[in-house]
Amino acid sequence: MTKAINIEVLGKKDTRSGFGEGLLEVGKKNKHVVALCADLTGSLKMNAFEDEFPERFFQVGIAEANMMSMAAGMTIGGKIPYTGTFANFSTGRVYDQIRQSIAYSKKNVKICASHAGLTLGEDGATHQILEDIGMMKMLPNMTVIVPCDFNQTKQATIAIAEHEGPVYLRFGRPSVPIFVKPDANFQIGKADQIIEGSDVTIIACGHLVWKSIEAAQILAEKGISAEVINMHTIKPLDEKAILTSIAKTKCVVTAEEHMINGGLGDSVAQVISRNNPTPQEYVGVDDSFGESGTPDELMTKYHIDTQDVVDAALRVIKRK
Amino acid sequence: METQELKKIASQVRRDIVRMVSAVSSGHPGGSLGCADFLTVMYFDKMNHCPSPFSMDGKNEDLFFLSNGHISPVFYSVLARAGYFPVADLNGFRKLGSKLQGHPSTDKNLPGVRMASGSLGQGLSVAIGAAETKKLNGDKSIVYCLHGDGELQEGQIWEAAIYAAAKKIDNVIATIDYNGRQIDGDLEDVMSLGNLSQKWHAFGWDVLEMDGHDMDDLKSTLDKAKSMTGNGKPIVIIMKTEMGQGVDYMMGTHKWHGSAPNAEQLESALNQLEETLGDY
Repeated sequence: MTKAINIEVLGKKDTRSGFGEGLLEVGKKNKHVVALCADLTGSLKMNAFEDEFPERFFQVGIAEANMMSMAAGMTIGGKIPYTGTFANFSTGRVYDQIRQSIAYSKKNVKICASHAGLTLGEDGATHQILEDIGMMKMLPNMTVIVPCDFNQTKQATIAIAEHEGPVYLRFGRPSVPIFVKPDANFQIGKADQIIEGSDVTIIACGHLVWKSIEAAQILAEKGISAEVINMHTIKPLDEKAILTSIAKTKCVVTAEEHMINGGLGDSVAQVISRNNPTPQEYVGVDDSFGESGTPDELMTKYHIDTQDVVDAALRVIKRK
Repeated sequence: METQELKKIASQVRRDIVRMVSAVSSGHPGGSLGCADFLTVMYFDKMNHCPSPFSMDGKNEDLFFLSNGHISPVFYSVLARAGYFPVADLNGFRKLGSKLQGHPSTDKNLPGVRMASGSLGQGLSVAIGAAETKKLNGDKSIVYCLHGDGELQEGQIWEAAIYAAAKKIDNVIATIDYNGRQIDGDLEDVMSLGNLSQKWHAFGWDVLEMDGHDMDDLKSTLDKAKSMTGNGKPIVIIMKTEMGQGVDYMMGTHKWHGSAPNAEQLESALNQLEETLGDY
């Protein structure tokens, strides 16, 4: 009998609000932190930082390319710039600015990207970027972080100030369950084991971590013991956590609110194919743009919902 | 520094440029030769800067950003001649493992370079960012940047131009290398910029003009620009230059924008440029 899974839910909030609170706190802790925003202060929840530190807040208007290169320039003289806009405008729109002025030039810029993925919802595919993790992880020198809930987003926002170098921090718009403890110690590159299990490993990031917890609960009712790992850092990837878990479970599901091409699953596949070839199933968007709809409707339609994680787990177990 | 001395340095810089690009049969001599006088005046007369030890943060130093990174030969020569790194390092230009990449980068820690450039249109934003940090730090130094005229076809330049005027970035002096030529031909034919001076005025900048090959005009205009800083407006200098200046067969055409002289052409170029400080 597989034991029931009890994960304490501490509330429900959007991860972008975790960023807003984290930014204010890191601003208080570190006087070198400055923030830039491209006309989305309210959406990014950057108002509290702006109110507290108006001289360290830079409203750049709807000009993301200028914002990214400016942020790179601001590091010269010791500032730690946090840029804020939607994930689409934080990556695809400004890829070359990030590539040349931030990643290649190794500048200490924190690219903070909200409204990532399908759960942006009704705005539709123009805004629902599903390629950003891939674009950012391909850049040398870039650290890529996708926290799972409000508390972790806040903790990550604070932690990245202590990391010297470019960081991409991805979070979202909808309200989602909070299950990371408020006093948890966020470590870049160190995965969190949320549930211990023995039959299948589920490695997830962002909003799919909660979906994977729900999936593990459903699997437990079927007598299947799923291990759930919150891979909040896509790069550098915690290879040890992956290999330790699959040595035990012998199969893996990856789950993310991102294109299957280029996402977390790709990174995990590289690790296991090199070290311990193991059956893997992918939960992610399969080479498709999104569309308008509610976040829940979209998660279901594009197969990145709880049931999709369950189904992938059942499939991959059969392939062992 | 005396004008005569500056001319001597610029002549050597021009020799360095043609020798560097010829040695590897690649690189951009045209714009480099056109900006040799300007960069010589900047690094040997106008800027307050510290070549050694080089500080990335450049606190209390004037900063310079080369936005049109393809004219790296002139940048590298001037940096070396000013003492940022040994002139012998110019031998490494564009060679495997060298700090002197085809376009400037910070990747291999070349002293004097604070930002990669090459993909055009980004340097004005970078300079404005650095200028904002100087303001936050209470640092009264000036941030300079150089742009090609063709580069102004990039949209990001105008994002930055709007920002600088709106936010009163008055510690930036941008210079435009207005040689009227780009890779595909004359700027007027490829994509005219219209009335460039009026454009910058309309964007809220103070606009100066100077002759990029007249040392005295360079010195006095740069002094004037410096005197205008701190007055709530960004400053741009439209600098008239001749692409290929100093080498007769490279002038009056866009054809030497991005091609290097062969051995025979190099000899002809070097015969026109006095060796004043010793070749590297």
